[in-house]
Amino acid sequence: MDKTVKSADEAVRDIGDGAVVMSAGFGLCGIPENLIRALVRKGVKDLTLIGNNLGSTDSADGQLYGIGLLARNGQIKKFIGSFPGPIAKLPWFRELYRSKKIELEIIPQGTLNERIRCAAAGLGGVYTPTGVGTPIEEGKEKRVLDGREYLLELPLRADFALVKAQKGDRAGNLVYRYSARNYNPVMAPAAGVTIAEVEELCETGSFDPDSVHTPGIFVTRIVKGEKYERRT
Amino acid sequence: MKEGLSKELLAARAAREVRDGMYVNVGFGIPSLVPEYLAGKDIFLHTENGIIGMGPRAKKGAEDPDVINATKQPVTIVPGGSIVSQSDSFMVIRGGHLDMTFLGAFQVSEKGDLANWKVPGEDTIPGMGGAMDLAAGTKCIVVTMTHTDKDGAPKILKECTFPLTGRKCVSLIVTDLAVIRVTDKGLVLEETAPGFTAAEIQKVTGAELIVSPALKEISI
Repeated sequence: MDKTVKSADEAVRDIGDGAVVMSAGFGLCGIPENLIRALVRKGVKDLTLIGNNLGSTDSADGQLYGIGLLARNGQIKKFIGSFPGPIAKLPWFRELYRSKKIELEIIPQGTLNERIRCAAAGLGGVYTPTGVGTPIEEGKEKRVLDGREYLLELPLRADFALVKAQKGDRAGNLVYRYSARNYNPVMAPAAGVTIAEVEELCETGSFDPDSVHTPGIFVTRIVKGEKYERRT
Repeated sequence: MKEGLSKELLAARAAREVRDGMYVNVGFGIPSLVPEYLAGKDIFLHTENGIIGMGPRAKKGAEDPDVINATKQPVTIVPGGSIVSQSDSFMVIRGGHLDMTFLGAFQVSEKGDLANWKVPGEDTIPGMGGAMDLAAGTKCIVVTMTHTDKDGAPKILKECTFPLTGRKCVSLIVTDLAVIRVTDKGLVLEETAPGFTAAEIQKVTGAELIVSPALKEISI
């Protein structure tokens, strides 16, 4: 099985206006930077973006990167995540938010993960103790189980998941590196189409099956990233 | 005016709560100073973004962009450390696998309610990140914070007025002025900063303090 495509542009060819897109990474660590730049070039609009943070600033040059590039380009209609991050302080973003041109759904990080995992695992929802007694519980079903209160949280599914790994083979098996793993294995199984970009593309069969972190069954396409800035 | 402990001494006092064998998480602000005072302890530090066994900050020139902590700083991984996905990292947090978490706070109530993510009325776009999960799942939460806010108003109150991060989740409060334990009977004042009396601590606290019969001065 060969799932490789030639370029990031080709990999995102069917992501259209209004798509729901998950983008992995924490800060700028483990983000699918080539696929994000391809979406910026493509100029698709009205995206719903699901991710930990809405991009982040590079500690070296202070500029915004990651999915913040899509926000700055006016391509995001709604962001679902747990920490908007430094973008929340930027005047142009505050103006977008104030004029309701971008909608934010900010949820606890663990809840974000479990909602994505529910979609990936075919579950109808999950009862979590996180957020009980806080503004997060508004409008949610509450249930007492074994003497403790829980909130019902529903699955979060995407049309496309964009993930990044250090290495991948042609069949889509992925291997991550250190804390760049973060959301990648969680999001890969949670979308209709999952696009993986890798720093190193390997022949199928070159990984020890025990060392594969995300199996290729969760990956639709794989592309070798053209350029890695690897910002922090 | 008398001064309480510096942030560093506050963090050093808080660090004394950590025992060998613990798995520990530290939040932003004063809590991030706590690891500086854990040298020699046989523990593992967990960071939300997926390292169990986080080591010191990476030396200049040796930073690896794939090894960062939850505040995006380049760090190291100690021998015996491991990497987990976000899903497993929050299994660690919510599932009660952490022995102790140090968190900063805007307010703490006498029942141990914690408010540390949102200031009402302030023109900000806040995000709670992993704080609500830490509040819901950690066995022992130690709040490290200044005793009063920048205007001198108490941060330890009968009820929090800011939106909560978690209910009845704080076990111990370490401030620049005192060490206070949250118990079923109420807040117990166990230690005071050098030069401060229990009455002086009570004056800047918005909830009633029960003075421990074993009240002592904070020592580092």
